[in-house]
Amino acid sequence: MTDAATLYGLCGAALVGIGLYGLIVQAPLLRKILAFNLIGSGVFLLLGAIAERAAPGRGDPVPHALIITGIVVALSATALAVALLLRLAGATGRSTLSPEPPPPAPGERNGG
Amino acid sequence: MNGAWLLLDLVLVPMILAAALCAVGARAQFTGIVFYIVYGLLLALAWVRLGAENVALAEAAIGAGLTGVLLLGALARLPAAAPAEPGADGSPGTALRLAAAILCAALALGLGAAVLALPEPAPGLADVAAAHLPATGLGNPVTAVLLVWRGYDTLLEVVVLLLALLGVWSLTPDPLWGGVPGPRHRTRPEGVLVFLGRVLPPAGLLVGAHVFWAGADRPGGAFQAGTILAAVWLLAIMAGLTDAPAVRGLALRLVLVGGPAVFLGVGLAGLATAGAFLGYPPDFVKPLVVLVEAALTLSIAVTLGLLVAGAPERPPR
Repeated sequence: MTDAATLYGLCGAALVGIGLYGLIVQAPLLRKILAFNLIGSGVFLLLGAIAERAAPGRGDPVPHALIITGIVVALSATALAVALLLRLAGATGRSTLSPEPPPPAPGERNGG
Repeated sequence: MNGAWLLLDLVLVPMILAAALCAVGARAQFTGIVFYIVYGLLLALAWVRLGAENVALAEAAIGAGLTGVLLLGALARLPAAAPAEPGADGSPGTALRLAAAILCAALALGLGAAVLALPEPAPGLADVAAAHLPATGLGNPVTAVLLVWRGYDTLLEVVVLLLALLGVWSLTPDPLWGGVPGPRHRTRPEGVLVFLGRVLPPAGLLVGAHVFWAGADRPGGAFQAGTILAAVWLLAIMAGLTDAPAVRGLALRLVLVGGPAVFLGVGLAGLATAGAFLGYPPDFVKPLVVLVEAALTLSIAVTLGLLVAGAPERPPR
């Protein structure tokens, strides 16, 4: 059963890498939020692999409880990030953090 | 039998990684979010393989379900005119992409090496938890960890949920303060969404109540059940069968703080009855845990539903 723990642990490590790449490279903020969630679940999977190693077949309940807490907190952080993004889009019409915004009509929009 | 399981793992892990890659790399954001939902469901299967059914329920309901709805809802509300995909919107060039890819590959390899280098007699608390589980009267060790042994974590977690909701609400534009989140959904009365909105809630309520009740002894619990109830509520709102409440309502706010307040009250009572904050008198552990979980389930359902609904977009009625 240790094989399964190692396999999913490696999967978690790869997910952290994939998520971090998306977070760095993608410009749209919604994509960054999605990538951030991928990093989070990769970390949870690493923790899950450790739980499985500690008690093969049934898992260590303490990391499991930590992971459930983490999933819920990740959702609340995601909801706050989405609300910030929607407010940014409402105020500026943009959904990226491009440093030099190409304003469609300068002076027409004022931040709300 | 072990070989068959290994075969499943060897199919599942590449599928998870492929779904994650598609979620990050899909050309259209909508496609990426759909792949993310698929990814969350596959990950729930992985949690079952790791013997973590409680986590699998949470991942399927929260990670795939609510997060997916949240991201799709955000995409629908973002200005469609936003520069779509071409790289002129501040996307990094090839050199930066390459550097980022090397950095991320190095990080993944480092984490992978750490996984392979984990100590062989793996340390853990599973045996300690199993030894002390009978004293709680509960059958689900994860529920015992969440509500008995590490009650601090869970109490602070539900407070974090409330703080996140306050953060979302505080982004309301001034004229809409205390108003109603989201648009008023109007759907064709004979449409499939209305049909599902009528058919699924009774089953969803039943499943939610069962997951709450079963959580004491089997996989389940307050967070998973609260999420299912929130999903039922959101479905009814999206089908136009009911409307989201104005966030200034007093009854709504009482429900929101009810769960944490009951948890805090029981925890404070523990000072007198068990000699410790968040302690339970030995003979009443299970009834008190079920009471706290019931209050938490309701509060979590409403909090999660409002978190996904977002900041108010219409003035209060």
